Amino acid sequence: MDTNNFFTEHFNKLQSQVGNGNLQELRQKAFHSFNEKGIPLGRNEEWKYTRISNLFNKQYTFPLQLTSISEQDLKELRLPGHEAANELVFVNGLFSEVLSNIRSASLQVQPLEVAARGEFSNIVSEHLGHSSDYLKDGINALNTAFVHGGVFIYLGKGKTLEHPIYLYNITDARTGNIFSQPRSLVYLAGNANAQIVETFNTIGTGESFTNGVMEIVVEQDAMLEHYKIQNDASHANQVSTTHIRQIGKSYVHTVTISLNGGIVRNNLNVVLEAEHCETHLYGLYFIGGDTHVDNHTLVDNVTPHSFSNEFYKGIIDDNATGIFNGKIMVQRLAQKTNAYQSNKNILLSDGASVNTKPQLEIFADDVKCSHGCTVGQLDEEGMFYLRSRGIREEKARALLVHAFAMDVLEHIKPAAIRSYVDHLISERLES
Amino acid sequence: MNDELSILEKTVLSEYKYGFVSDLEADEAPKGLNEDIVRFISAKKNEPQWMLDWRLKAFSQWLKMKEPTWANIKYPAIDYQDIIYYSAPKQKINPKSLDEIDPELRRTFEKLGISLDEQKRLSGVAVDAVIDSVSIGTSFKEQLGELGIIFCSMSDAIQNHPDLIKKYLSSVVPITDNYFSALNAAVFSDGSFCYIPKGVRCPMELSTYFRINAENTGQFERTLIVAEEGSYVSYLEGCTAPMRDENQLHAAVVELIAMENAEIKYSTVQNWYPGDKEGNGGIYNFVTKRGICKGDNSKISWTQVETGSAITWKYPSVILKGDNSTGEFYSIAVTNNHQQADTGTKMQHLGKNTKSRIVSKGISAGFSNNSYRGLVHVGKGAINARNFSQCDSLLLGDKCGAHTFPYIEVKNKSSVVEHEATTSKIGEDQIFYCNQRGIDTETAVALIVNGFAKEVMNQLPMEFAVEAQKLLAISLEGSVG
Repeated sequence: MDTNNFFTEHFNKLQSQVGNGNLQELRQKAFHSFNEKGIPLGRNEEWKYTRISNLFNKQYTFPLQLTSISEQDLKELRLPGHEAANELVFVNGLFSEVLSNIRSASLQVQPLEVAARGEFSNIVSEHLGHSSDYLKDGINALNTAFVHGGVFIYLGKGKTLEHPIYLYNITDARTGNIFSQPRSLVYLAGNANAQIVETFNTIGTGESFTNGVMEIVVEQDAMLEHYKIQNDASHANQVSTTHIRQIGKSYVHTVTISLNGGIVRNNLNVVLEAEHCETHLYGLYFIGGDTHVDNHTLVDNVTPHSFSNEFYKGIIDDNATGIFNGKIMVQRLAQKTNAYQSNKNILLSDGASVNTKPQLEIFADDVKCSHGCTVGQLDEEGMFYLRSRGIREEKARALLVHAFAMDVLEHIKPAAIRSYVDHLISERLES
Repeated sequence: MNDELSILEKTVLSEYKYGFVSDLEADEAPKGLNEDIVRFISAKKNEPQWMLDWRLKAFSQWLKMKEPTWANIKYPAIDYQDIIYYSAPKQKINPKSLDEIDPELRRTFEKLGISLDEQKRLSGVAVDAVIDSVSIGTSFKEQLGELGIIFCSMSDAIQNHPDLIKKYLSSVVPITDNYFSALNAAVFSDGSFCYIPKGVRCPMELSTYFRINAENTGQFERTLIVAEEGSYVSYLEGCTAPMRDENQLHAAVVELIAMENAEIKYSTVQNWYPGDKEGNGGIYNFVTKRGICKGDNSKISWTQVETGSAITWKYPSVILKGDNSTGEFYSIAVTNNHQQADTGTKMQHLGKNTKSRIVSKGISAGFSNNSYRGLVHVGKGAINARNFSQCDSLLLGDKCGAHTFPYIEVKNKSSVVEHEATTSKIGEDQIFYCNQRGIDTETAVALIVNGFAKEVMNQLPMEFAVEAQKLLAISLEGSVG
């Protein structure tokens, strides 16, 4: 596929389709930036271990208009607890109001285009596209160049959501290969409290490439929990970006679970722009087959007195590849920062490989920062203990792997989601 | 806190003590770099045709290469045509004894506290002193000769041991390895060659003092150490350079080859001129150091104390090819004022049961930036490989930076790799604890920094440990006792 022609053609089509909307300028600028930077190659240090350029050699359909899927299709993809949850559905990267269910009165959900010219226009113009300050590659610009059909999620001051927001990213690849770019902007006003759960699913046998961006802004005293569950088909590739700004003293808790997929790249940025922020990042990649999962995280401490803790674990089997790149930035003003990071990996087969790069960039002196990472195997003593009590080798191994994963799973706070993920892992271990 | 600040100010104000220029008549090449200069250097050194061809090949490769930009360092572009690539102290005849050496030169060494006769008499260290690219005196040669150990300058080795040079030169660091190694291969002026025959344990620490002297002179050293089966050698390299306003480029290459059951220990103390308080001048130090554990059960250990240079770009590496081989890297990097250091190591595990250990301690003060960049690669065949890495950073002052960029790549399931890093400053509680026991703040800081660096200091050979401690003290004067 000739990427330049392909995207230029679609870009022109989109621009004429949506007319002189208020996001036109943003798109134009981003498209220009994409043309300049192009698809990131292995030469780019941030993409050293993940090559996505080959994915652009395929033919894709890039839907610019909303298509629908049937209730039946959706039914199979729903998460447990969906009866009470607020469900937002993206189909091929475009937000579908028809399939979505907003059950909490305090939650405001609008198409991005609407939000950009209504009462939230200030918020949208200030925060939409902020991720490009951190992700300076063409792939992020590409999403912004096609900002369209996205969603704006707003939770007002002091509002607490009783039930989580479920965000389904569905790719309908029954008629061929699909390229899609979901986009959303989430804003938690002061003292608001929300849980967001994102999933990714591909229907059909066509290949998919999803390049999604979610930007989240967290105000003073707000609390955000964000869960990303990736258990997509092996022919589903994605670059999934979550960019969180903590603009007031706030609490952020994220868990990223990657269980299956083709090439999966997760960018998770948290920018701590206010004092006394608290941030927890957890992740688990338990992968086999030829799955390639790359977790790229950045914690940027801008102001003093913040705390962050990052804990990622990987279990890698078959010919899978796991990558962890964690960066902690401590800016000159961010004194009294405490930032911790840990990455632990287990390799289960000879074909498996792991590349890990924990990174510290520190410009303030009165800080406590540490990182650690390990690569190894299942604990032999643990194995012996179980075997000596008459537990079969496979069973013992499954128990130990499960226990290894548990350290991360226990940080999934909604019980329904936790047991759902736990169940997925048990199933995997039994097979 | 105020006390601490004043100490840091003192630290920042401490001047480079080894800055002086000795007046030696230099035999220089014209400025600039082209094929003729390469031919000039080769002719000057009376080199055989194969050596010239090798240099020309490197030069033509260098022309095609680009200067690397990935390191976390900033410096004005280097004008490679504004450098003198060859300068040798003039000497009438080759000295047979130390008495024949230029007295001016000997005074230089005395100022550095390493007078040759003193060394020879007291410490039992063989010194191959290098001033401005040409070896001017070698001691203990006869003693080593009896054991079959070859320890001589690179130029001598090219004349007298061409077979060994042909066999091993650029076998670990190929001429096309990187921009600076290609440059070095094209224009290297001299260096040391060391060959330890089978089963011989070198009875003394071998050492070379490098010293950049004449103005506008880049120094391009090339060192090659070959340890045959079952042999052992410990090699020391130490540097001090006079004060300069203009930046000087140094691009050295060091190659180590350890055969079956052999062990090489390579220690460096580097204290080149770091530039003044405002960051003017100072040495640009772009070094390629690599060793290969070629045979089974071999061991290579790098120890470095880096206190000097405006810019340090240096990654002593070990290729662990032989089964059960071991690689070690111990480093202290101190940066002050506007110094920048991007240093670390690469451990390439290829053989079975290979082990590596990395201990890196970075101390940053003033406006400096100190980065650790390391790679641990465990290949598919490196069954049961084991690595442990630790890199700690200490920040003195709030305008400096400490960074770590560890890369860990593991491609088999039987190996265990661990990495840990911490960054912190000297705790107020630690200082308070010491004060409370009657230790003043200055001594307390010294105590803590010494403790911080101890793990690496312990790895240095006795002869060097004293000097290294002195250097650490000078670099962080005021904070270290």
